[in-house]
Amino acid sequence: MNALKTGIIASGLIFLCFRLSAQADIPVKGKMAFIPAGKYIPMYSSENETVPVNAFYIDRFPVTNSDFRRFTDQYPEWEKENVKKLFADQGYLKHWTGNPQFELSLAQSPVVNVSWFAAQKYCECQGKRLPTIAEWEMVAEAGLTRPDGQNEAGFNRMILDLASKPNPTKLPAVGTTQQNYYGVWDMHGLVWEWTYDFNSALTTGESRGNATSDNTLFCGGGSLLAKDVNNYAAFLRFALRSSLKAKYTVPNVGFRCVKDAENPDKKTSSKSE
Amino acid sequence: MKLLNTTPIYVALIFAGLGFVLNSCQESGKNTNINHIGREYNLLEIKGEEKAVLTAPPIVPPPITRDYATKVIVDLEVIELEMEIADGVNYVFWTFGGTVPGSFIRIREGDYVEFHLKNHPDNKLPHNIDLHAVTGQGGGAEATYVAPGYEATFNFTAINPGLFVYHCATAPVGMHIANGMYGLILVEPKEGLPKVDKEFYVMQGDFYTEGNYGESGLQAFDMNKAIKEQPDYVLFNGRVGSLTGDNTLKASAGETVRLFVGNGGPNLVSSFHVIGEVFDNVYMEGGSLKNHDVQTTLVPAGGSAITEFKVEVPGDFILVDHSIFRAFNKGALGILAVEGEENELIYSGKSEPGIYQPSAEAGIIRKNAMEAATLTEDQLLALGEKLYQTNCAACHLSDGKGVAGIFPPVANSDYFAGEISKTIHPVVNGLSGEITVNGNKYNSVMPKQALTDAETAAVLTYIYQTMNNQKTRITADDVKKVRQ
Repeated sequence: MNALKTGIIASGLIFLCFRLSAQADIPVKGKMAFIPAGKYIPMYSSENETVPVNAFYIDRFPVTNSDFRRFTDQYPEWEKENVKKLFADQGYLKHWTGNPQFELSLAQSPVVNVSWFAAQKYCECQGKRLPTIAEWEMVAEAGLTRPDGQNEAGFNRMILDLASKPNPTKLPAVGTTQQNYYGVWDMHGLVWEWTYDFNSALTTGESRGNATSDNTLFCGGGSLLAKDVNNYAAFLRFALRSSLKAKYTVPNVGFRCVKDAENPDKKTSSKSE
Repeated sequence: MKLLNTTPIYVALIFAGLGFVLNSCQESGKNTNINHIGREYNLLEIKGEEKAVLTAPPIVPPPITRDYATKVIVDLEVIELEMEIADGVNYVFWTFGGTVPGSFIRIREGDYVEFHLKNHPDNKLPHNIDLHAVTGQGGGAEATYVAPGYEATFNFTAINPGLFVYHCATAPVGMHIANGMYGLILVEPKEGLPKVDKEFYVMQGDFYTEGNYGESGLQAFDMNKAIKEQPDYVLFNGRVGSLTGDNTLKASAGETVRLFVGNGGPNLVSSFHVIGEVFDNVYMEGGSLKNHDVQTTLVPAGGSAITEFKVEVPGDFILVDHSIFRAFNKGALGILAVEGEENELIYSGKSEPGIYQPSAEAGIIRKNAMEAATLTEDQLLALGEKLYQTNCAACHLSDGKGVAGIFPPVANSDYFAGEISKTIHPVVNGLSGEITVNGNKYNSVMPKQALTDAETAAVLTYIYQTMNNQKTRITADDVKKVRQ
C-alpha cells in the first residue's frame, strides 16, 4: 500500500527526459503489436464492473538487457552505480556483474532486477509508459489462436505450468516461449512484468473497508472476492504484484512498454485512478 | 486474544495492570480449570536470547531444558525446488527450509519469537507464513508477505502451548499448500513434556499431479484434481518411501516413542494409525487434553496430534493413514522398525507368522476350474490380468510396481529372471523372510494364494509377459510340481 502511494507520487513527478530527438521519432509500431479496444473484468472487484480499455500498442517482446543498456548509456543516472536509493534498492541490475557490463549471452534475455521507477522511466524516455494491469491482463488473456484464451483447450493449464516452474539458472532470450493471438511474445513463462498500477489490486473496490482489502490476497480472502476462483495463474500474478514495492528489484521481474493508439495526448486515460 | 498493531509487551502490561489477567489457574499449563479462558503469560520474565534449532523431518530438535522464557530468533528460508516425490517421479515443491514438511521449530510457552522469513532470490513467487501458534493478524501471514529476494520479520509471543501447523497463506493458498508449504512448530508447555527415548516428526500431505500415481518424469500440479480433492499421492514427509527402506524410523524394544504428527492437507483429514501399536497417550489435536489407549487418531488438515507409546516388542510397526487406500495405493505409509528381545507373553508371533494359510483347494468351491490347455494365449492373458487385479494388486499395486520397502515389485522385477519355480513357490506355498528384489531388501510375509494350478499359471504368465516383457508361459503342470 505504501508502494502504491509512492507510485502515485512518483508518477506525479515530472522526470526530465533528455530525449534524443532522433530517437523520439523512430516508429515503434513494428516492434509493437496493436491491441484493439476492449474491456477487462478485474480479478478483484466488489461489483460486476468492467474496465474499458482503449486501443493501444504493446511491445511484442519484454525489454532486454541490451535495450536497457542503451538506456543507461543515455541516462547515466540510471546506471547501476548512480541510481538513487529511493528509486531502486541494492539489487538493482545485480546480474550485470560488471558495471555496466552483463554477460554477452544475456544480451537478448529480458532485463530483470529493475525497479518500477526504472521501468517507468525507461518507457517514458521512449515516449511510452508501463501498461496498466487491465491492459496487461487483457493481452495475457489471449491464447495462441484467439483473443479469449480460456476457451482454448489446455490454455489455463499451460499458463499455470509455466508460471509455477522454478526460475531457470539463466534466463532464456525473449521470443522463446509463446507468441499469442496478437503477435505478442512471452506474456507467460519467461518473467513476471511490472505494470503501471501493480499495487492497486489491494485497493480496488473503494467501497470496501481497508480491513477487508488488506486481506485480499491472504488466506480465504483472495478466493471470496475473486471473480474467477479457478484462475490460479492470475492469482499467482496478482500475489506477485502485491508483494512488490516500487523500489524493489526482483530477479524474475522485467517489463515491457505500451503506447496509446488513439489518444496519444491523454496518456493516463485508461488508468483507474 | 488479539494483539493488533501494538507491542505485545505493552498490551500484556496494560492487561495485567487492569487486572484482566486471571490468575485463578493454580497449576499453570495443566489446563485443569475448564472455566478459565486466557493463558497466563508474563513478558517481563523474558531472559536472554537464543537462535532456534531447526531440523529436517523426521528429526525433532532436542527438548527445551530451560525453565524460563527467552527471546528466540527463528530464521526460515523459502526455497522452491524440484525433488523426487516417488522413485523416478519428480515434482516442483515449494518448501520452508528445503524439505517437505518444512523445518521443525521448537520453542517454549511464553517465549518471545523474532521470526525472519527469507524468500530465496531464485524463487519465482512471493510467499508468507501463517503460524497457527501465533495470536495475531493472519498468524503472521500479512507481516511476512515477501517477494523473491527479500526478507520479512515479525515478533510474537507464544501464548498457548501445543503442537501447531504453519503454512504459506499466499494466493492461491491451496496451491502453495499443495506444493508442500507446511510444517510444525511445537510450543512446549512450561512444565515441559515427559521425557521419552525417541521423538520423530511425521507430517501428512496430499499431492495432485498431472500423471497418475507412479507415472514417471516431472509431474506438474493439477489444479482440477486439487479442487475435486482427488489426490494421486497421500504422503508422509513428502515422498513415497520417506519413512521406509533406508529411511525407516528406528527404536529398541522397551523404549518410549513420541510422534509429532501433523497434517498439512490441503484437503484430506488423516486417520493416523500405527499398525501393531496402541497409543498410550494422545494429545488430542495437538492441544493439552490427553486421551489414552487410542488405536487411531484424527489429524485434521491444518492440525496435529502428539502420540506417545512404549514399544514393547520387536517388529516392523507400520504408520498409515487408516483411510486405507491412501496407505496402500497413494503412499501414506511408513515403518517404525523396533529391534530387541522378544517378549512372547506380549506377542508370540515371530516364529509362527500367525497368518491363516488354507490350502488352495480346501473349503473353497471353484465352479470353473479352467484348464490352461483349453485357453488361447489371449484368453490366458485376460484371465491372468483379472486374477492379478483381484488377488495381487492390493499389495503389488495394479501396475506391479509394489510399495518401496514393503511389497516388492513384480513388474520389471529381477525376481522374475531366474527359475520359474522361484516365482511359482510364493504363490502356491507362501513366502516369508528376507528377499532381495531389484537390489532392495524386503522382509515381509506373503500368504499362499487360493488359486488353482491353472489360475496360478495364468496369473504368472500374465506377470511374465505383460509386466516383465518375457515370453515365459507357465503351465498348470509347472505349478503342480512346485506346490507342496
